[in-house]
Amino acid sequence: MRRWATPWLFLAPALLVTALIVLLPVLNALWLSLHDVVLFRPRLRPFTGLANYVLALTDPVFWESLRHSLVWVVSAVSLQFTLGFTGALLLNRAFAWRSIARALIVVPWALPSVIIGLIWTWMLDFNLGVLNVLGVRLGLLSASIPWLAQLDTAMAGVLLAIAWQGFPFFAITLLAGLQAIPDEHYEAAEIDGAGIFQQFWHITVPGLAEVIVTSLLLRMIWVANSLDLILVMTGGGPGTATQTLPLHAFLTAWSGGNYGQGAALAVILTLLLLGVVVLMLWRRRET
Amino acid sequence: MRQRRGRLRLLFGTELPVAAMVAFALLPWLWMMLSSIRPERELTTTPIILWPQTLTLVHHIDLLRRTSFGASLRDSLIVATGAVALGLALAVPAAYAFSRFRFRGRQYLRAQFLVINMFPVVMLILPLFILMRQYGLLDTYFALIIGHGTFTLPFSIWLLTSYFEGIPQELDQAAMIDGATRMQALVKVVLPLAIPGVVAVGIYMFIASWNEYLFALMLAGREVRTVTVALQLFIGENQIQWGLLMAGGTLVSLPATFLFLFAQRRLVGGLTGGAVKG
Repeated sequence: MRRWATPWLFLAPALLVTALIVLLPVLNALWLSLHDVVLFRPRLRPFTGLANYVLALTDPVFWESLRHSLVWVVSAVSLQFTLGFTGALLLNRAFAWRSIARALIVVPWALPSVIIGLIWTWMLDFNLGVLNVLGVRLGLLSASIPWLAQLDTAMAGVLLAIAWQGFPFFAITLLAGLQAIPDEHYEAAEIDGAGIFQQFWHITVPGLAEVIVTSLLLRMIWVANSLDLILVMTGGGPGTATQTLPLHAFLTAWSGGNYGQGAALAVILTLLLLGVVVLMLWRRRET
Repeated sequence: MRQRRGRLRLLFGTELPVAAMVAFALLPWLWMMLSSIRPERELTTTPIILWPQTLTLVHHIDLLRRTSFGASLRDSLIVATGAVALGLALAVPAAYAFSRFRFRGRQYLRAQFLVINMFPVVMLILPLFILMRQYGLLDTYFALIIGHGTFTLPFSIWLLTSYFEGIPQELDQAAMIDGATRMQALVKVVLPLAIPGVVAVGIYMFIASWNEYLFALMLAGREVRTVTVALQLFIGENQIQWGLLMAGGTLVSLPATFLFLFAQRRLVGGLTGGAVKG
C-alpha cells in the first residue's frame, strides 16, 4: 500500500495546484460560456444555452478577428522561422566567437512583451521613431509613416515586433537539431560529389524534419494564443485592424464586461487550436 | 594564399552575416537603453538627432523619485520570488516522482502536464478573475504568486525530471538503507547534487514571473502593481513621456537579461532537448 502511494504523495501538491489554477478555470469557462454573465450583476446569471456561441458566430467582428488571427499566425511564424533558420545555419558553422553570438541572439526572447511593445512603438513612432528617420534618410521611405496608427500598416508594425521576439526560439531549436545530424553524413555526401544545395536538401532538411514540425507546432500554438504584445502596441486598433481572436475574447470580457460572451470566444479559440493540432499530428502519423 | 582565401570566406560568408543577426537581435534593445540616458530635448526634437550629444541619468532619477515605479519594482520582486519558492516547492517533488518511480499513468501524466500549456491564457484568466473576485483574492500578492507559480510548472517539472534522471538512483537507495526516508533522500542526497539544474529552473521561473503581463493586469494592478503593468500605464497617459518609459524599460529588462545570460546554457540546452525529443 505505501509503495503504491509514495509517488502520488510527491506528485500531489503539483497536481492539486494545477487542478485549482488550470482545470477548475477551464471547467468554469465552459460554464460561463453557457450563461449570461455580466460582472456587475453577480446574483443574476441565467442559463442561456448556446446563445453566447450563436451571438459570437453571427458577429462580423468575430470573423474579422479570425481573419486577423490567421494573418497573424501565418505571417508571424513564417517570419520567425525564416529568420531563425537562417540564424541556425549560420551559427552551426565554426568561428571563434560562436558561443557568444549564440547567447546574445537569444536576448529578445528573455524580454517581457510589454517592453518589446514599448521598444517597437518607440522605433516606429511617426515623428520620433528611428526606423522612420533612417528609412527616409536612406531613401527607403518617401516620407515618415505612422505605422501603428494606420489601418493598412498597423498589422505590419506589430508583426515586426513579434518576429523579433520569436526568431531566437527557432534559431536555438533548429541549431540543436542541426548539431544532432552526424558529420559523417555530410562527409559521405561530399565524397559522393554532392554540392552544397544537394547536401542541404538531402541531408539537412530530412535530418531536421522532426524538429521543424515540433517547433512549428509549439510556436504556432504560442503565437495564436498570445495577445499581450498587440494589446500593448495597438490595443487591437486602429479600429479593429489588429484585433485577433484571443484579443477579441479578452476585450469583450475586460472592456465590454460581458464574461459569458468572452468565455464562449475563448472556448471557440481553444477548439480551433485543438482541431489544428489534432489534424497536424494525425497527418504526421499518416506519412 | 589558400589560407587567406579561407579566412576571407569565413569573414564574409559567416562572421559578417552572424554579426548582422546579432545586431538585429541587440540593436532595438540597446536603442531603448541609449534613449533612456539622453535628455528629453534630444528625444523629442524633430527631425530627431540620431547621435547622442549629452548623456544623463535624469529620467532614471525622475522615475524612481517622482513616480511609484520603485514600489512596482518591489512588488515585482516579491511576486517573482514568491513564484520561484512556490514553483520549486511544487516542481521538485513532482520531478522526483517522475524520475524515481515507475507507476501507472506516469507517461500519460507527464504528457498531460505539457498539454496544459495549450490552453489559451484568456480561457484561464477570465474565470480566474471571477473566482478570485468572489473570494476577495484580487489585488493580492497571493493571487499573482499562485498564478505565476503554476503556469511555469510544466516546463520546470519536465526540465527537473531530466536533471534528476542524471543522478544515480543507487545514491537514494544507499541513503535509505542507512535509514533515511524518501523525503530525506530527496532533500539531503539528490537536491544538493542537482543544485545547478534547480538554480537554472528557479531563474526561468523568476524571469517568467517578472516578465508576465496579463495575469498581473487582471488579477492585480491597483494595490499590487508589477513593473509590466506600471510601464503599460505610462504608455496609456495622453502625453507619452518617452524618457521615463525608456528608463523604466531599461530598469526592468536589465535584471531579466543578466539572469538569462547567466543561466542560458543550461536553460537553452534543456529547452531544445525537449523540442528535439518531441
